[in-house]
Amino acid sequence: MKNGKAAFTLPGVLADIPTHYCPGCQHGVAQRLVAECLDELALSEKAICIGSIGCSVFIYNYLKVDSVEAPHGRAPAVATGVKRARPEAAVFTYQGDGDLASIGMAETMHCANRGERVTIVFVNNTVYGMTGGQMAPTTMVGQRTTTCPGGRCADNEGEPIKMTEIIASLGGTAYAARVAVDSVKHVRAAKKAVRRAFEAPLNNLGLGFVEILATCPTNWKMTPVQANKRISEELIPYFPLGTYKNLMGEQAAEGTEVEG
Amino acid sequence: MMRPVEFREDRCKGCALCMTVCPGEIITMSSRFNTSGYKVVEVRDEVVEECTSCAACALICPDYAVSVWRKPAKAKKGETADVHAG
Repeated sequence: MKNGKAAFTLPGVLADIPTHYCPGCQHGVAQRLVAECLDELALSEKAICIGSIGCSVFIYNYLKVDSVEAPHGRAPAVATGVKRARPEAAVFTYQGDGDLASIGMAETMHCANRGERVTIVFVNNTVYGMTGGQMAPTTMVGQRTTTCPGGRCADNEGEPIKMTEIIASLGGTAYAARVAVDSVKHVRAAKKAVRRAFEAPLNNLGLGFVEILATCPTNWKMTPVQANKRISEELIPYFPLGTYKNLMGEQAAEGTEVEG
Repeated sequence: MMRPVEFREDRCKGCALCMTVCPGEIITMSSRFNTSGYKVVEVRDEVVEECTSCAACALICPDYAVSVWRKPAKAKKGETADVHAG
């Protein structure tokens, strides 16, 4: 039915090439949502992507925008420099939880606290994916990883860090939300949140932050379908979805409701 | 045969997430392997008419392996639209 109207089209800014991700890894969905928002907001020519370290590192292969690769965890610091040197650019980072919540915690918090006009897309899969499944700050209590083979123990390693709540509490943040991409309904809601996270700095209100809960079937030692179920059964009860801060007001927020 | 949904078998990694979201449950795992060694999903010819072009499979697919097209509502309407467009 190729003569018919397409019910689904890939955004033009997304490179249509095979990804390096494992089967069922939701980085693919996350980066597609970013690409769709870049297309809708017509940012492909003025966007500058700051890559991070981890499985998210190859974002520069998949998005056809100018990119800078940052040292581990320092993407928000690099984004700060890029944005201040090129204020007209739409600057965003694409980071995983090992990068953003661990080694990059200081850079992330100070970037948000200063209210840099950048967007942070944070893909949280509760584990260090690329390096082989070590415990991350967001690893769930009881979750087995290679560095906590008996499961994360709250007494020794503490509770998983809730980054969106932390970022939302900082003064420079204009928009902070947590979304998931485990169901069609959640994917549609995630798209709106990513779009608002891009709109907040474009409207000169402050930092836009969106946390996307994603699976890592390989390091969770699960099938993709089991891993996807874990999102709704284990992760969402601890990491509640929702908008934690939105300075754009109802009018701006309603404007994005049009997009399905 | 006109198919409203097609899978790019070279992209499919057989994660089966599309099978879990299809409202008609018409997507099944095939017995074929692609060149990367992954089993690929398929919609069999006998159930492909049940596809409603909802594109849920395309939205959940992490590997952009699904293409979905809307079905023309009626053949006559399609012809009329073409005349106006021309």
